Amino acid sequence: MRRAIAVVATAALLALAGCATDEPTATPSSTASQAAGSGTGEQSKFFVQADYDNELALLDATPTGPAGKPWEQVLNPKMVETAKFKKSGPYKVCFSNAGLNNPWRQVGFKTMQAEVATHRSQIKEFVHVDAEGKDQKQIADINDLLGKGCHALIVSPNTTATLTPAVEAACQKGLPVIVFDRGVDTTCPVTFINPIGGYGFGHVAAEFVSQKMKPGGKVLALRILPGVDVLETRWSAAKVAFDKAGVDVVGVEFTDGDPAKTKKIVGDYIQRYGTIDGVWMDAGAVAVAAVEAFLDAGKPVPPINGEDQLDFLKLWKEKKLTAIAPTYPTYQWRTPIIAALKVLGGEQVSSPWKLPQPTITEDNLDGYVDADMPPLHYAMCGCTDLPGYPQRWK
Amino acid sequence: MPRVRPGSVVPIVAILAVLVVLLAIRQPDFLSPPSLMSFLGRSAPIILLAAGQYFVVVSGEFDLSVGSLVTAQVVVAARLIDSEPSRTWPVVVLLLAFGAIVGLVNGIVTTRLGVPSFITTLGMFLILVGAVYLWSDGAPKGGLSEAFRRFGRRAFEDVPGLGRVPYALLVLLAAAGLAVLLTRSDFGRTLVAVGGNPRTAELSGVRVWRAKTIAFVLSGLAAALAAILLGGYSGVSFQAGAGLEFGAITAVVLGGVALGGGRGSVSGAMLGALTLETLFALMNFYGVSGALKSTVQGAIILLAVAVSSMRSSSR
Repeated sequence: MRRAIAVVATAALLALAGCATDEPTATPSSTASQAAGSGTGEQSKFFVQADYDNELALLDATPTGPAGKPWEQVLNPKMVETAKFKKSGPYKVCFSNAGLNNPWRQVGFKTMQAEVATHRSQIKEFVHVDAEGKDQKQIADINDLLGKGCHALIVSPNTTATLTPAVEAACQKGLPVIVFDRGVDTTCPVTFINPIGGYGFGHVAAEFVSQKMKPGGKVLALRILPGVDVLETRWSAAKVAFDKAGVDVVGVEFTDGDPAKTKKIVGDYIQRYGTIDGVWMDAGAVAVAAVEAFLDAGKPVPPINGEDQLDFLKLWKEKKLTAIAPTYPTYQWRTPIIAALKVLGGEQVSSPWKLPQPTITEDNLDGYVDADMPPLHYAMCGCTDLPGYPQRWK
Repeated sequence: MPRVRPGSVVPIVAILAVLVVLLAIRQPDFLSPPSLMSFLGRSAPIILLAAGQYFVVVSGEFDLSVGSLVTAQVVVAARLIDSEPSRTWPVVVLLLAFGAIVGLVNGIVTTRLGVPSFITTLGMFLILVGAVYLWSDGAPKGGLSEAFRRFGRRAFEDVPGLGRVPYALLVLLAAAGLAVLLTRSDFGRTLVAVGGNPRTAELSGVRVWRAKTIAFVLSGLAAALAAILLGGYSGVSFQAGAGLEFGAITAVVLGGVALGGGRGSVSGAMLGALTLETLFALMNFYGVSGALKSTVQGAIILLAVAVSSMRSSSR
C-alpha cells in the first residue's frame, strides 16, 4: 500500500513540477551556455534588417508635436484619413487589455485611466476588460466587446499572431480599432501606437555596456523569455552590437523576470568566472537583483542597463553605478485615448504612430529619481500633470 | 555491501562528501570560508522547507502548498510593509501566524475531512496562487523594508576565521536545533509511529489526526521562515516560491525519508537539501545549464524512491 502511495505521489509531484517551475522555457539557454565565449550564436528569426535600420534611424529623428508632451508627439508622421469614423459624442470607448500582470502594465493602466478622466465631457463610458495574460480570454473579450455598442476599440494584444484574427474581426464590424504596445499582423486597425521599439532599446543598452567595459571583456546577457517579439528584437539588436564590439558574451540566460532567479544566476556567473565585466538585460524589472548580486558578493558592479523603474534609478544614484536606462515609456498608455478621440472626431492621425523613446543617462538621472514614489513605479509615465497624481500611482 | 540501517543519514553524508570533493577539485575557492558561508546562507530557505516537509512526509502525508505559501507571504509582506521600516516586526509575526494557519487548514482538511493530502495541499496551492493574484491585481505592489531584508541578505561581517556569517545561517541553525529536539521528543516519535502504521498508532491511543495536523502547522511555519529569508535575499517577486515544494520533497527523499511515512530523520532531510544545493552549485561550475535542474530533480526522486522501495521489499 505504502509503495502504491509513493508511486502515485511521485507521479503527482513530477506533474506538479512541470507546472510549478518555468524551467522548460529556459531550454535555449543551454545552447547559449555551451556557446560561451564563442559569440552570440545564430540571429533570431524575429530579426528583420529593414526594421532594425529603421528603428536605429528613428533614435535620431526629431519628433513633431507639442514640446514636453512626448505622448502626443510623432516620429516621421504618415497621416491617414479617418473621416468615415466621425461621430458625435459623448463616446463609449472600449479597451481590451492583454493583462495587468506586471508593474509596467499597472503603471500604464493607471496612466490611461487618468487620461480618460481628463476627457470626461467627451467619454461617457470607458470599458476595460483584463485578459489576465491569456490569449484565449482576450479573443473572447474582444468578441464580447463587439456586441456592447463601443464607438472605438483599443487593443493591447497579449501575443501577436494569435490575436490577429480577433482584431481583424473587430475591424470588419466597421469599428475604429487602435492597437498599441504590442503589434498584430494586420494593417486593418486605424493606427498602431508604440515607441520606437525593441531594436532601439537593445541597441542603446548594448552600445553603452560594450563601450564602458574593457575590450573583449565578459558580458552576461539576461533575458526574460524567448519568443516575445518586443524582447526578441531587443536581444537581436544587442547581438549585432556585441558581435561588432567583439565582446565575450559568456552567457545568455532566461530569468523569467524573477528577482530571486536573477540574483542566483548572476551570483553563479560571478562564482564561475570570478568577475563579469558587463551586464545587459532585455527588461529592467530585475536590474536591482542583478546589481545586488554583485554588491552582496563584494564585487564592483560592472556597466549595466536597467529600465526606468524607480527602484533601479534610486539604486543607480545611491551607488553611483555605471548605468543606462533605455525605456519603453508607460506614457504610451495615454496616446490611444487621445488617438481614439481624434479618430471619432474625424481628425487625421499618423499610422503607425511612433512615439519618442527617451533614454535615461547619468546626465538626466536626477530629473527622474523621485524618492516619494513607490519602488515599482516607472519614471517615464508622463503622468505628473494628470488628475490624481501622485496618489493614483502609489 | 555494508548494511545500512533504513532511514540512516550515512548514505546522504557519503553523497555530500563526494560532491564536496568534486567541488574542491573544480573550484577550490568555493570552499573558502566567505564563499562557503554565503552558499550556506543562500541555501537556508530550502533547508528550512525540507525540515518542515520532513514532519509532514514522515507522518505519511505531503505538503505541496509550501512554494505558493512562500510566494504569498513575500507578496503580502511587500504590500503590508510598503517600504516602512516600523512595520517590519508586526509583519514578521503576521507571516508566522499566516503560515501556521495555512498549515492548520491543510491538516484539518486532510485528517478530519479525509481528503488525501496531495489533493488538499494542491488545492491550497491553487487557492493561494489565485488569492494573491486577485489581491494584488496580478503584479506585486509596495516594497520590503531594509530591516526586513537584512535577515536574508545581511551578515555579521569580519568574524574571525569565517569572514562573514549570514543572519540566514543563524536563523537556520536555531530552527534546525529546534527541529532536531522536536523529533527526539515524544511528539517526534509519535509522528514516526503514525507514519509507520496509523492503525496501530490509533489503537495504542495516539490521536493520529492531531499529530498530523501539528506536522502541517510545522511545515507552514517553516515556509514562513523560508519566505522571510527568501524575500530578504531577493526582494519582492511573484515567483519567489515557484517550484520550492518540489525542491523540498526531493531533498527529503534524497535524505532517506520514506515517501509514505514512518522512516527517516530530520537531519537527513536537511542534509538532503544541502546536498541538492551542492549538486546544483557543482552543475553551475561545470557549465551545465540551469534548465537541467528540473530533470535532475525528477531523476533523483525516481531513483531515491526506487532504491528505498527495493530495500524495504527485500527486508
